[in-house]
Amino acid sequence: MTAKPKLYYFHGRGRMESIRWLLAAAGVEFEEEYVETREQYEKLLKDGRLLFEQVPLVEIDGMRLTQTRAILGYLAAKYNLYGKDLKETARINMYTDGTQDLMTIIIMAVFKSPQEKEESLAFAVSRAKTRYFPAFEKILKQHGEDFLVGNKFSLADIQLLEAILMVEELDASILSDFPLLKAFKTRISNIPTIKKFLQPGSPRKPPPDSHYVELVKHVLRF
Amino acid sequence: MAGKPKLHYFNGRGLMESTRWLLAAAGVEFEEQFIKTPEDLDKLRNDGSLMFQQVPMVEIDGMKLVQSRAILNYIASKYNLYGRDLKERALIDMYAEGIADLGEMIIRLPLCPPDQKDANITRIKEKTANRYLPAFEKVLKSHGQDYLVGNRLSRVDIHLVELLYYVEEHDPSLLANFPLLKALKTRISNLPTMKKFLQPGSARKPPLDEKGLEQVKKIFRVP
Repeated sequence: MTAKPKLYYFHGRGRMESIRWLLAAAGVEFEEEYVETREQYEKLLKDGRLLFEQVPLVEIDGMRLTQTRAILGYLAAKYNLYGKDLKETARINMYTDGTQDLMTIIIMAVFKSPQEKEESLAFAVSRAKTRYFPAFEKILKQHGEDFLVGNKFSLADIQLLEAILMVEELDASILSDFPLLKAFKTRISNIPTIKKFLQPGSPRKPPPDSHYVELVKHVLRF
Repeated sequence: MAGKPKLHYFNGRGLMESTRWLLAAAGVEFEEQFIKTPEDLDKLRNDGSLMFQQVPMVEIDGMKLVQSRAILNYIASKYNLYGRDLKERALIDMYAEGIADLGEMIIRLPLCPPDQKDANITRIKEKTANRYLPAFEKVLKSHGQDYLVGNRLSRVDIHLVELLYYVEEHDPSLLANFPLLKALKTRISNLPTMKKFLQPGSARKPPLDEKGLEQVKKIFRVP
């Protein structure tokens, strides 16, 4: 009997959110333990559960996995969301590294000074509009298929939807020049497991507020 | 018939060097096309060769792969340097990501503003000595084997040894308290393909000097 995966992170999106998306899309139930105090974090450290003193941490299949990409790679392979061969996996990695780069700008922005935060978020929107979304629109146009890679639902589709929604929170009209991405967004959002995740009451976390930022700064002491 | 992989980057380490190390370790010959001017980069972008307008880019097996991690993952898989199963792969990924985090701090150092340089160097040394090196020494100690994962050479041994060379370039004393890491460095350096790569005249790149830094800034139009 396999226990549910257990996620250790702050009660917010940050670097854990992509992992929540993946598990939800795969229809995998999971538990979450929220790091809310410095003491909790120090206990995780003392217990030797954080290889590089960092969260996210996911306990799964007898492993204590840290490093977001390691966790995503394991889960994607385990739940058949990583392509059917090396070349498909390579494409999925290429695409998801791109969406991660974009989402990282937004994730890190909240920890900056108000002016730098505004600049970062504007930069993210600009990059989405001129670099990332055109690249994905082009891919969808080239093969005309429903999914980004191999005509099959994969991690790349999940991450792209997550990125689209994140940027839309900053600029609701961001998809106006990308008709295929608009259709993609609707299509992927309607996949039953994802539809469920997008509803209130799911493990999906809201955008970070000042309370979240203060908590993280306090726990991680920066 | 597959041609040799072709690496597109400037003539320096940056985010391409770990790919050079990995290909070399796997005994795979490769070609390099160096970006020397902003126009060279523009051409690649206008050709549609760079999915996100960025290098590194590696032409391999009919693909134009960008994103250093995607490139490394493909090469590692293809040449059996990625563990035997999903769990070994997960461990390799976890270790490799930690190495990449520290590696990236080191790569960015020449580009940081002069008034932040000392603080950054201190931070890098602190993380090296207190976070990263102890973690890997502990892994080696826990199983007592010659390689980090699965008692077999994998990509992460190569990545770690590459990093140890950089740490040594900055401050050899940082390695003093890590006997198992030192032994790993020696062992990996003595593998025939690595030995060859570590000799002068190989594809290995030196640290960025003033002139190289100026060229990089020009190519990427960094003010």
